[in-house]
Amino acid sequence: MAQLFKPAANQAAKMSLIFGTTLPIVIGLMIAAVSRSPLNTKVEVPKNQPVPFSHQHHAWELGIDCRYCHTSVEKSSFAGIPPTETCMSCHSQIWTNSPMLEPIRQSYETGTPIRWNKVNKVPEFVYFNHSIHIARGLNCNTCHGPVQEMNITYKGNAFQMAWCVQCHRAPQNYFYKDESRPDLSPRQQVFNLYWKLQEKGRSGLSGREQDFIEGHDPISLAKDDVDKGRKLVNEYGVKVQQLADCSVCHR
Amino acid sequence: MMADKEGLGGHDPLIGGQQTFQSLDNTIASVVQDQKRHSNKPWMATTFIAFIFVNILMVSVGWLVYQGIGIWGNNVPAGWAFDIINFVWWIGIGHAGTLISAILLLLRQQWRNSINRFSEAMTIFAVMCAAMFPLFHTGRPWVAFYWLLPYPNIMGVWPQFRSPLIWDVFAVSTYFTVSLVFWLVGLVPDFGTLRDRAEKVAMKRFWAILAMGWRGSQKHWHRYEQAYLILAGISTPLVLSVHSIVSLDFAVSIVPGWNTAVFPPYFVAGAVFAGFAMVLLLAIPIRAIYGLKDLITMRHIDWCAKIMLTTGLIVFFGYMLEVYYGWYSGEIPETRVMLWRFFGPYKYLYWLLILCNGVIPQLMWSPKARRHIPTVWFVCLVVSLGMWLERFVIIPMSLTINYLPASDRMYYPTLWDFGMFTGTIGFFVFMMFLFVRFLPTINMFEMKDLLHTLSHGKARKVAVGAKGGR
Repeated sequence: MAQLFKPAANQAAKMSLIFGTTLPIVIGLMIAAVSRSPLNTKVEVPKNQPVPFSHQHHAWELGIDCRYCHTSVEKSSFAGIPPTETCMSCHSQIWTNSPMLEPIRQSYETGTPIRWNKVNKVPEFVYFNHSIHIARGLNCNTCHGPVQEMNITYKGNAFQMAWCVQCHRAPQNYFYKDESRPDLSPRQQVFNLYWKLQEKGRSGLSGREQDFIEGHDPISLAKDDVDKGRKLVNEYGVKVQQLADCSVCHR
Repeated sequence: MMADKEGLGGHDPLIGGQQTFQSLDNTIASVVQDQKRHSNKPWMATTFIAFIFVNILMVSVGWLVYQGIGIWGNNVPAGWAFDIINFVWWIGIGHAGTLISAILLLLRQQWRNSINRFSEAMTIFAVMCAAMFPLFHTGRPWVAFYWLLPYPNIMGVWPQFRSPLIWDVFAVSTYFTVSLVFWLVGLVPDFGTLRDRAEKVAMKRFWAILAMGWRGSQKHWHRYEQAYLILAGISTPLVLSVHSIVSLDFAVSIVPGWNTAVFPPYFVAGAVFAGFAMVLLLAIPIRAIYGLKDLITMRHIDWCAKIMLTTGLIVFFGYMLEVYYGWYSGEIPETRVMLWRFFGPYKYLYWLLILCNGVIPQLMWSPKARRHIPTVWFVCLVVSLGMWLERFVIIPMSLTINYLPASDRMYYPTLWDFGMFTGTIGFFVFMMFLFVRFLPTINMFEMKDLLHTLSHGKARKVAVGAKGGR
């Protein structure tokens, strides 16, 4: 009887064993990598807007405070997207003929709000609250990245839960206070950092503060920093045992 | 070669009729290779009816996924009902396969040879049916992956390792994997036989790929034996562990009627009980349809019936202990559950359970009844029903009354509950009949080995140990 297969079949059989075992692992790792990559998370991918608004220009070059536009960030869960009137508080006087601002003027005349595209969002089952994070002195850039450097705004972080719980499980690694200004409340600390940056430039900031401003993960595991962080946790009355409970974010 | 009737000291032979290696091959392999043998009415009718139920299953699951698990009858306080009953029932049924293939192999029980392949297939299909229920009970099976399996996910959370439910995931998935590998490894030499017997080149190639280069050399047999024994060693603890862990889903909780230490052994006995009932329930018609009466003999049926009787008695002892614990605990909720079982609105189901699992199996004490095929088949059917009722008694009956009498609610299943349950039965039968048609139902080489051992007496058996060389 003739052979059923040619000798090459042996190689094919061996290869199929190797691929059969490694392929599922490789596919699993690929899914893991893609779900964490900007392809899925859109981190650092600028998002088109009806008007090419630049945070870099307004917040850094002009030095406008975050709260000028995001008015409710200290008081409410939602930081607030500014209404057209906020834009017009300046743009009724300057750049009144700029074609880029045509949609703003249109919106103002017709009373139809601009449909900004939301850059940062959490799922509907996550009850995120801006005010408490500001009230405990967490810098905007910790979550939102280096906003003052963004021309077209992009996401600074993926907002995946594993990222949230890094801080919720060990807030002492993240809490920070500028010791040269002990007079400021944690809420004031948040915005003072931006004034300090305007005044002294990046080189005038401590290494930790530069991390905050540049939107790097500002975790510090240095014993000194953690001890200080722990002190702040106590001082602010943060109950770490409960901070990572499901119901803190999911009601 | 005549099978040695004295060799194992029984009245019926393990292999009947005048058999040679050739005739064994012919009897078993022709079921696969001569497809015309399946155009008979029983195969077509059974498969067709089963296929209708497969469709019912698909519709039930489709509607369930679309609409959500609200279409089922379970609701607080009976959060577990048909889904978990059926899960436990199916998992239990699978246990006979593992017991036969692993424990009986290690105990050198030669009578396992003609029923092991068949019951291993049963295990695999039963676990498939079982797994459907918890998976669809999650409501969103497409995300169940990250609820059930521990891996570094993007949420930074892990399943609760202190919960028996996650132990269950490991127990069942290990059980399925090991059973599948065991089954496939055991099939390899038979694939070789089928390849050699096949006439068309395409079929030869097909079996050759499955046989993975099996040439039956001394080396191949040696490695095969080792692999098979190792797998048997791995499977053996699974017989005990899987259903113990399933029982811990209940025993670890504080629900009255569940929180008893007798659950693990009592569940394992129940699993073997139900499993053997299912083996006989399917083996009896299949041996009749395909003329396998010389291979699955009365002796096999007799012994399976004896195991059923034994495990049935253990299970019945478990029922008595449950009642005893209810009284001995001195807890009002525990006593209340027992009285609810005896006299509550579900009392008919409880007493039917006692009839099915406690009373009717006692028929198997009589050697005459064990050899009367319709009686055995009827008892098996009753036991299968009884084991289902047992889970009904344990699960929703205990949940409907709890510590707080104010929150007692009755549980009633809906049509969709029955749809999915009967659907899985259809799926199981459908898969079994496809298996019978397309794969060798009985282990050919082990039967040949058995024939050899029987005809050469005991001297060889001593010399070669557990499974005998070839």
